[in-house]
Amino acid sequence: MGPLSLLNRSGWVWYLGTVLFLLLSVPLLNAAGILPDYLVPLLGKYACYALLALSLDLVWGYAGILSLGHGAFFALGGYAMGMYLMRQIGTRGVYANPILPDFMVFLNWKELPWYWYGFDHFAFAALMVVLVPGVLAFVFGWFAFRSRVTGVYLSIITQALTYALLLAFFRNDMGFGGNNGLTDFKDILGFDIQSPATRRGLYVASVLALGLGYLVCRFIVASKLGRVLRGLRDAENRVRFLGYSVDRAKLLVFTISAVIAGVAGALYVPQVGIINPSEFSPANSIEIAIWVAAGGRGTLVGAVVGAVLVNMAKTWLTGSLPEFWLFALGGLFVLVTLVFPKGIVGFAQQVRDWRAGRTRPLAEEPRS
Amino acid sequence: MNAAASPKGHTAPHPLLYLDGVNVSFDGFKALNNLSLVVERGELRCIIGPNGAGKTTMMDVITGKTRPDSGAVFFDGTVDLTRLDESTIANLGIGRKFQRPTVFENLTVFENLELAQKGPRGAWRTLVATLTSEQRREIAATLETIGLAARESVPAGTLSHGQKQWLEIGMLLIQDQQLLLLDEPVAGMTDHETQSTAALIQQLAEKHTVIVVEHDMDFVRSLNTRVTVLHEGSVLADGTIDYVQSQHAVIEVYLGR
Repeated sequence: MGPLSLLNRSGWVWYLGTVLFLLLSVPLLNAAGILPDYLVPLLGKYACYALLALSLDLVWGYAGILSLGHGAFFALGGYAMGMYLMRQIGTRGVYANPILPDFMVFLNWKELPWYWYGFDHFAFAALMVVLVPGVLAFVFGWFAFRSRVTGVYLSIITQALTYALLLAFFRNDMGFGGNNGLTDFKDILGFDIQSPATRRGLYVASVLALGLGYLVCRFIVASKLGRVLRGLRDAENRVRFLGYSVDRAKLLVFTISAVIAGVAGALYVPQVGIINPSEFSPANSIEIAIWVAAGGRGTLVGAVVGAVLVNMAKTWLTGSLPEFWLFALGGLFVLVTLVFPKGIVGFAQQVRDWRAGRTRPLAEEPRS
Repeated sequence: MNAAASPKGHTAPHPLLYLDGVNVSFDGFKALNNLSLVVERGELRCIIGPNGAGKTTMMDVITGKTRPDSGAVFFDGTVDLTRLDESTIANLGIGRKFQRPTVFENLTVFENLELAQKGPRGAWRTLVATLTSEQRREIAATLETIGLAARESVPAGTLSHGQKQWLEIGMLLIQDQQLLLLDEPVAGMTDHETQSTAALIQQLAEKHTVIVVEHDMDFVRSLNTRVTVLHEGSVLADGTIDYVQSQHAVIEVYLGR
């Protein structure tokens, strides 16, 4: 299967058209002064959320693993990037300490903890963005899938996982800034993190990551592994009796998914300017599942659409009717579950089928 | 234990399957009671028995789904299946068709066969696996054999009950296993479908060792082969269908219920 066969002809036209449009329109409109500066990181943030939703759809929609802890992988990727950004501050912090970040000076620490070594280098930080969520997912999945923890039980322990990390990162002596997290970043790869040009760059990087992430997910679901996953989603034991290792297949896709979530988190942090333990909160992870459900799981495109639309609604509602947002989110989840179980994309598909259905049976009748 | 079960002498080859004193109990109910059974290579064997006789539990033990409380199951004389998991056992060459047809409803008929087909089973290797033209031909040939060539690209969930049963048999065929376990292959089939299934199983038995678990006496008769009667988890009688049906104990078990 060559890379070109990932999508069909019109699929590629849509894909390339959308990616190119997103890559060109926003930076150009912003540089021309038509799109306000504050919107660029906001749109970049949506791209990160979309990538995060994509990673969840890969495991939930295709392998039936409803992870309610994907926020943890996202946050870990974000912390790895945040640590790099902290090291870039140098002597520009409030305490102007050349070695220690402000919060460590504040806590009266004398030296940099060993696990902060190496984060001065972007390449090292980038490696950790991939490695830390990946290794955690691998170890977690190893135990969970080997013990055949499935369904709602798996969802619950993923919630426990992210909650445990939330509590751990809240502690000051963990050395990750405790409650306040990591913030007050100055620059990334030598560019001023606040400047409009850097923000456009980060936006472009996020869209590129989303585009690439989509192709990676597409490749996986279109492979034979993808069919093994869809098979085990519906009849796990049957897959075992065909000789496939269900645990390994799940472990592989779960780990890849966590890595994608970590990359999304790493791109998110420089655009919002902060990473703190609230990213680990169990509710955050549940919200990701709602984006995917709203967009339509098991479609990949649906995850992207759901993440962007729900977050646009969130931005708008938390601005104009903040106390209403959680009710809206809960209502949306109920509505999607009851009325549109296949989400927006699935609903669009149904409408198309209805229209086609009116003519198709007549056309096919003579053959049967 | 191992030595006793697989004598080292170079006499007759090992039986393909040898169950030695297998016990399984669920919450005090003895599903298998010291069950011992030998199936020779190339044999077509029918297992019959009333509900609760332990037929399906026996299949579960052979395929690794259920671990017995005691006893051993030797495949090919040396491998003790009770220590292995389902996928390892499947890769040794044991295929199973379930009582209720369990095809992958959301995959197409073609994809169902593709998953069953002999080939790489590891997670990484399935990620990069591609179908060779040889494999495509094999799938096409199997589709012909099971009469579903015209339906290869429809989701298996839309097939009729009988077609699902055939698809499952097709999946067993293409898996090309040494030992096939068929759990009630004609359950819910029409008479006509039952007849063609009997023919299909005869054809399977030419190249494979086949164990059929069945309720339908007419169907068992039409297979014309050795029959083992299970009752309360152990063997009650064994022989031709006429022989076992003439046994007093068998009549009692069947008619006494």
